[in-house]
Amino acid sequence: MAGPVPRLAVWKFASCDGCQLTLLDCEDELLSLAAEVEIAYFLEASSAPGPGPYDLSLVEGSVTTPADAERIRHVRRVSRRLVTIGACATAGGIQALRDFADVREFASVVYARPEYIATLERSTAISANVPVDFELRGCPIDKRQLLEVITAFLAGRRPVVPRHSVCVECKARGNVCVLVAHGTPCLGPVTQAGCGALCPAYNRGCYGCFGPSETTNTAALNTRLRELGMSDPELVRVYRTFNATEEPFLRASEEAEGDA
Amino acid sequence: MTHKTIRVGGLTRVEGEGALVVRARDGRVVDLRLSIYEPPRFFEALLRGRAYTEPPDITARICGICPVAYQMSACQAIEAACGVEVTGPLRDLRLLLYYGEWIESHALHIYLLHAPDFLGYDSGIAMAADHRVHVERGLALKKAGNELVATLGGRAIHPVNVRVGGFHRVPRRQELAGVAERLREAREHALATVAWVGGFDFPDVEHDYRFLALRHPGEYAILSGSVATGDGGGFPVERWPEHVAEEQVPGTTAMHARLDGAAGYLVGAMARYSLNSGSLSPLARAAARDAGLGDVCRNPFRSIVVRAVEIVHACDEALRIIGGYTEPDAPAVPVEPRPGTGHGASEAPRGTLYHRYRIDADGLIAAADIVPPTSQNQARIEEDLRDLVEPRLGLPREELVALCERVVRNHDPCISCATHFLDLCLDAR
Repeated sequence: MAGPVPRLAVWKFASCDGCQLTLLDCEDELLSLAAEVEIAYFLEASSAPGPGPYDLSLVEGSVTTPADAERIRHVRRVSRRLVTIGACATAGGIQALRDFADVREFASVVYARPEYIATLERSTAISANVPVDFELRGCPIDKRQLLEVITAFLAGRRPVVPRHSVCVECKARGNVCVLVAHGTPCLGPVTQAGCGALCPAYNRGCYGCFGPSETTNTAALNTRLRELGMSDPELVRVYRTFNATEEPFLRASEEAEGDA
Repeated sequence: MTHKTIRVGGLTRVEGEGALVVRARDGRVVDLRLSIYEPPRFFEALLRGRAYTEPPDITARICGICPVAYQMSACQAIEAACGVEVTGPLRDLRLLLYYGEWIESHALHIYLLHAPDFLGYDSGIAMAADHRVHVERGLALKKAGNELVATLGGRAIHPVNVRVGGFHRVPRRQELAGVAERLREAREHALATVAWVGGFDFPDVEHDYRFLALRHPGEYAILSGSVATGDGGGFPVERWPEHVAEEQVPGTTAMHARLDGAAGYLVGAMARYSLNSGSLSPLARAAARDAGLGDVCRNPFRSIVVRAVEIVHACDEALRIIGGYTEPDAPAVPVEPRPGTGHGASEAPRGTLYHRYRIDADGLIAAADIVPPTSQNQARIEEDLRDLVEPRLGLPREELVALCERVVRNHDPCISCATHFLDLCLDAR
């Protein structure tokens, strides 16, 4: 390939490091990828951070502190393309459960001196703070999808990442439907594919870690889940995990909460 | 009065984000603080009101590198509260899953984060240009660990197959047979790793560490056991709150832990090895001896050798479990909630990880307490740094920063866990 080598940066906000670790977990592809791009900024992997601008920034984690709200604007300024990786960066993550509570009360439960802790009342997705070029979902993201996204951006095309539901993947995998056959509560019908229908393959219902699919009918699913014996507080909890503030999940949990 | 300022912004090749602040006056360190600026995520607060079945999935999200550790400590604490103990083949499968995490996590730390320090590279990827055979071996080892976790857990990061009481689905014998093939190769790679890192040039440093690790009869404790302290003492896990207290210090979102009122004890690979090396598999013990490790290791730079030895042990034991595996009748034992408090501890790759849950009559969590390894080690890492920095305040800034980062990396800190890394600010007068 002629021209300069594209420069890749990996950034971390509030998160568990799992999504950027997915890059290091590409054991078979890591060294060939490193030959195609310059890994210019990746604190977890390299002690030689290089200055921007960067051609592609991968951003993990949500914005939860005043300093990070500033930092994400800097990341945007020095990035030609900005792609968020994971549920925290695209939907606020598990730490967005604070949005349904009083963050000062949360801080007082965990810290004896909450006044030392600088934190925002809400945990927001990156797109709520700066324009984002693409969002890759999952808690954690899927390795194959990450490679597709990086390759696509290097090739200058849109990534091919399906927005249909887990149910499609379940059928493709040949899983027996745990909801229909076993009466196991499952968020598969309203959750975006990408994991390979993992939970049903392990005999459990999907818990929604990839967030809502393109079209959802949570009202119909809630009816079915209630028939299976789920209480409203259980429904609220099942939608409020790793993608709690994503619109369809938020609406579904509020519907259940309203009835509770 | 001489005055000097050094600031390291963004500690690298560690998991999570933090900084180091050092202040010195007239050649003496007057203040040294590992400052962890990971944003707080409030897990202990948001677990309240969740069902007793939920912590394995939720607490996995504390750390992408050691989610299995969180799942195991959580499960055991909840089971203890409900009066259930998981034994037999299900316990073996838990150990097997955990060995997978040990293999991938230690391989990651050795090859991509730590070894570059000894060979003078900025990253494992840069190191690959001159040491490709080694880096490829490390990646193969890491991949074997990840495959074991994925086979048992569904995926390598945040496994989906763990539940209170056991698993959602147990593997068939033939599923494990494929992994066993890979683990036999991994065991050879692990032995080669011990020989490779054993030949590194180690600074001649020894510290008088007070160690803490789990101990379990007949096992190199990983999954469970009672707490052993280096002074010959110890206590059962349910007495943890009487012995270990966390305190908050300004300038960091992580807590400092104190053991029986004193800060500065050490958990992790060196602690486990020094307290339990006699329980390693014969092959791992022989590898340790050949690499020049005694029964106890007090040189933090040699922790890389200890981690490599632990990979040999993990491969060996995983193969033993797979060899003797018979599919259990049920994937889990039933666990019915009852009001009460349960304690659970296991050995995350970075050290002892303690969980406590109080469960109410409805099976909801009333209170949660989680003590990750890095917050326990933080005070001790600071002491290591102080010992290093004080005699070397005259060194050029860049050299000193690099040394400090090495000292921190010796302990494989996980900052996301602790909330929970390194920006060096050296203010020396």
